[in-house]
Formats: sequence, C-alpha cells, structure tokens
Amino acid sequence: MVVKRLSLKTMIIISLVLLGIFFFVALTHGAADVQISDVFSLIINGESNTKAGMILREIRIPREVGAILIGIGLATAGAMIQGLTKNPLADPGLLGLSAGARTSLTIALIAFPGAGYLGLIISGIIGAFIGALLVFGIIMAKKGKIDPFRTVLAGAAISAFLHGITQGLSLYFRISKEVAMWTSGGLIGITWPQVRFVSYFILPCFIIALLFSKQLTILSMEEAVAKSLGQNIPLMQKLFFGLIVVMTGASVALAGNIAFLGLLIPHVVRSFVGHEYQRVLPISGLLGGVFMLIADTIARTINAPYETSIAAIISFIGLPFFLGIIYKGRWKQI
Amino acid sequence: MIQQNKVSLKRTIGILCIFAFSLFLIGIRTGVSALDFSGIFRVIIGQASRKEHFVLMSLRLPRLIITFLAGAALSVSGAILKTLIKNDLADPGILGINAGAGVGVAAFYLFVDITSGQFAFILPLVAFAGGLLTAFIIYFISHDPFYGIHTRKLIFAGIGASMALSGLMVILLTSSHRIKVEFISRWLSGNVWGTDWPFILALLPWLILLVPYTIKQSKTMDIMLLAESTSISLGVDIKKSRFRLLIVAVALASAAVSVVGNIGFIGLIAPHIAKKIVGQNHRRYLVTSFMIGGNLLLIADIIGHNIIQRTSVPAGIVVALIGAPYFIWLLLKE
Repeated sequence: MVVKRLSLKTMIIISLVLLGIFFFVALTHGAADVQISDVFSLIINGESNTKAGMILREIRIPREVGAILIGIGLATAGAMIQGLTKNPLADPGLLGLSAGARTSLTIALIAFPGAGYLGLIISGIIGAFIGALLVFGIIMAKKGKIDPFRTVLAGAAISAFLHGITQGLSLYFRISKEVAMWTSGGLIGITWPQVRFVSYFILPCFIIALLFSKQLTILSMEEAVAKSLGQNIPLMQKLFFGLIVVMTGASVALAGNIAFLGLLIPHVVRSFVGHEYQRVLPISGLLGGVFMLIADTIARTINAPYETSIAAIISFIGLPFFLGIIYKGRWKQI
Repeated sequence: MIQQNKVSLKRTIGILCIFAFSLFLIGIRTGVSALDFSGIFRVIIGQASRKEHFVLMSLRLPRLIITFLAGAALSVSGAILKTLIKNDLADPGILGINAGAGVGVAAFYLFVDITSGQFAFILPLVAFAGGLLTAFIIYFISHDPFYGIHTRKLIFAGIGASMALSGLMVILLTSSHRIKVEFISRWLSGNVWGTDWPFILALLPWLILLVPYTIKQSKTMDIMLLAESTSISLGVDIKKSRFRLLIVAVALASAAVSVVGNIGFIGLIAPHIAKKIVGQNHRRYLVTSFMIGGNLLLIADIIGHNIIQRTSVPAGIVVALIGAPYFIWLLLKE
C-alpha cells in the first residue's frame, strides 16, 4: 500500500496537523458561542477580556489540552501494554489498571476528602499499579507461556473484584454520585492547575517511551530473539510496566474510566505504520489526542447545553471495533 | 461408572433443602427488625401481632424467596451456558448477558415513570429484550459457519460487551435524578430489590416454564457434550436445541437480573460446585445447580445484611468479592 511508504516524519507531521485542526474545531464548538476570530484574537493579543476570550482561556483550552493529554496517555499506555504482553487485546481497562485506579481514587476521596489534585493523581497511579500487579501476578503464577486469553479473563475477574470494592465503599460512605462523576469519564471542569499536574506525569513518560521505543519493538518479539539481540529483558519490562502504570493512573485521575481507547488507537495505527514501535508509539500518542478531541467535541455538542459522557461515546465507538477485531479473527492463536 | 461414586441425587437435594430452610430461618432471625422463633411460630398459627405478621409476610419472606429464586435462575442459566460452549468459565455475567439485561431495565426505569406495582411484570420482559440482543450480537460475532462457535472469541466478545454496557449504564445513571441514581446504583450492584410479592409473581412464571423445560432437555445436553459428529449420528438436531437452550439461558438470567440486579458469578460458582458433587449427568447437574444457586445467593444476601451495622451491602457485591477470587482460582487450576 502507498500509505505504508510514508516516512515517519510525514506521518508525524500529518498527525500534528490533524491535532491542530481538531483542537481548533473543539475550541470553536460548544454550548457557548465562540467564533474563530475570538480564538485568533486570543492567540495574537495574548489575552482577551471578552466573554468568549474568558471562556476560551479558563474553560475550553485547559479542557481540550487535558483531552489531548489523556489521549496521549491512554493510547500510548495501550500500545505499550500490547507490546509488553504480546497480547493484541490488551488494554489498561481490560487488564485491571483502570479498575485499580478507580478503587484507589474512591479510597482517597473517602480517607482524605480535602485531598489536593496531586494527591488524587498519585493515588490513581498507586491504584493502577496494584491492579496491574494483581493481574500480572495471577498470570505469572502459572508457569509456562503467557496466554492472552487467560490474561483477559484474569483482568476481567480482578476488575470485577475491585469494582465490587469501589461500589461497596461508595455506597457505605454515601459518595456514589461523587465516584460516578469520576468514573463516568468527565472532562467537565478541568482547570489549568489540574492540567499542569497531569502533564508533569504524562509528558515525561511519553518522551521516555519514545526514547526506548526500539527496545519495546525488541521486547514484543520472541523472547529468544530479544535475548540474542542483547536486550536486558527484565529491566526493560520493569521500565515499560512503570510507564504504563503512571500514564494510566494519571489519565484515570483526570478523566475517570475511559475504556477501549488504549485498544482502538494502536490497532488503527498499526494498520498504517506496521508493527515497529518506533512508529507505533508516537503516532498512537498523537492520534489518541486527536481522537479524544473529536470525542469530547461530540460529547459537548450532541446534546448541548448538556454534556454526554465521553466514556459512553468512546465505548460506543470502541465496542463495535472490539467486536470487529474478534469477528475478523485476525489472531487465530486466541 | 463414575456416577456410582457420586452422592445420590435424592440425598444431595434433601441436604440442600434442609440447608435452604435453615438459611430462611437465619434470614428471618438476623438483621434489623428480626423475628425470633416464637414470633415465627406465632405467625404460623395466626396469633401474631400485626407488626410481627408484617415483618415476616411483607418484608422477610418475599425477600428470601426472591433471593433464592433469582440465585437458582442465574445458576441454571450458567449451567446451560457451560454446556453450550463446553467451557467451565462461562457465566451469564462474563458473557455480557446480565449487563445487557441491566441496560434494558435501567433504560426502562429512567424513561418510564413507574409509580405503581404494575411494572413488576414488564421488567423481566424488558430485561429479556436487552439480554437477548446482547447474546445475539455476541453469538454472531463468535460464530463461524464452518467451525461453529469459537469459545474464546465468544468469551472475549462477552467481556468487551459487558464492559461497554456497564459504561452505558453509568451514563444512564448520571443523566438521572439523584434519588433515582442512588436507587439504580444499588440495584445495579445487585441489591435485592424485589421485596414485594409482585416481583415474585413476575419471576416465578419464567422459572416454572423454563426450569422444567431445561431439565427435560437434559438428555440432549448430555449428548451435546459429546463430539458433534456423535450427536448428529444419535439423531439430535444440535443446532436447533443449542439455539433454544441459549434463549432459555438468556431468559432465566435476564428475569433474575430484572428483579435482583446485576449479580455475576453465581452462574459461575454454583454449577461448578454442583458438577463437583453430582457429576456430568445433566438431570442431576441441573437440579443440583438450581438448589446450590439459590442457597449461595441467600448466603450472600444474609452476609451483606449483617456484615456492617449502619447499612447493608448489596448481595451482588458480596458475590463479586467471593466469586472473583473463586474464578481466579479456577483459572489458575485449569
């Protein structure tokens, strides 16, 4: 195919252009009326005191920047987890990471009602770590080859378990509405400080992931091949595991539980750029951001002035896709 | 034969009946506004105070009965599904049927104003529609005209669907009033809701029709476990009976979900224990599953009611907290 011959540079430029376009679209669409001229005047003058300018600066720009960050975080985490586990169906949501982050956020909301934003992000990361440890612990407990089927089942069981704890706690402490607000994946009311904190976690991880993307390609090969290429497998596994946990935890802390994104984006990207992670990771991250921008614009406009849950929209797009992958049976090994 | 080593069916059922009876007594005796034995006796001979009569006949008894029936229905559904796809990990919860039924009921509940008791009879139907739709989609995805059902694809599709549909329920939840939210989130997490006789009357017909039908089909199900070619040579139209049994399984699970909420894992654990006790023969297996399922949900409900002083934990959460580790144990052992 012609598309595959495109160089990485061209792909990145195209993705960045898409990101720019949809960022613009997201800024100019929504419940409040914002014109393109408003956006330009804000960019050119640096500040704007009109109503539209205020909306842009204080509400829409932080929100859309947050959407991009979450897109980068989840899509890259998904791509990495697929490479690391050699499991095409892996996804932070399917493998118990999101559920762990959610449980831990609930505990944080109960134990430290006045917890600052940084505290919530850290608790999300700890939760994702525990969720992942539980799932991987179960898979590793069984000697022999890691079976993708078992991995997903273990993820489902751990998620159900953690979900039970979350629900039990939130019912007991009567905070179901608050927890629901987190877990339904809202980008509502994201402020600049929140975006800043999350970016401290997600952007460095993204850069580290890009730097080590070649190692991920090697990891995703057969173990013998990886070894013969002189790869320090345990070290690299730990590194990527850490990156996945931090990116997922921070994303869940910002936007709640957004399923299927980490599965969907890397899959689409692979069909364009092949299986080398040097190409998959950057493009997945950028297109993840684009996808989140589109989904958020839909969420804000489809039933304006009310918001539709972005998690729902992504689930709706993601489920047919997920089922499609299974239907096609691209992996006979499952 | 293997079956001779197993405990006799009559004795097993007898023990389970005694067990259920004692659970009923425990259920009446414990918890808020409990009734002691003399109180129960007084109600039976008709000399109780109005309060005692009310507690037993309007609060405790209907609740216990519905819990037992729902558990039994879920368990039989799980037993059928296990045979249909020849996998011990099958369960209406894992396959997304419960979630589909739940979405049906949640949507119905949100969009239809229900103040009278009339809706009790419609609920199972709405749930059935949701469950059936989900089951068909999953079946279609995992069905190959050449090889038949692909078990692993089926389970994958089910897990994905149940994730996405739970997301959808969250949206339905957040778009609703606060009182309704508390209520539905309790119901969804498997709080036994139907504490009124109408709910029993709504659930009972499904059981009366479907359970005997299933037991009548036990010979066919025995044959289903054999190789496909063998069953065809024995003159069983596998495809037709498989289809019918699938619908029966969906109907049983949906009816149960519509009155007690989304309770997973009962359909997984109960038939598994039953098979351990009485073996593969379907007549024995199904009857025992029925009894064990009812007993298990009763136990979960009693635990949920007494474990915390201030409030009650929905049975579904108790089941998930017990069921998920059991599932993982199965996964590791297999």
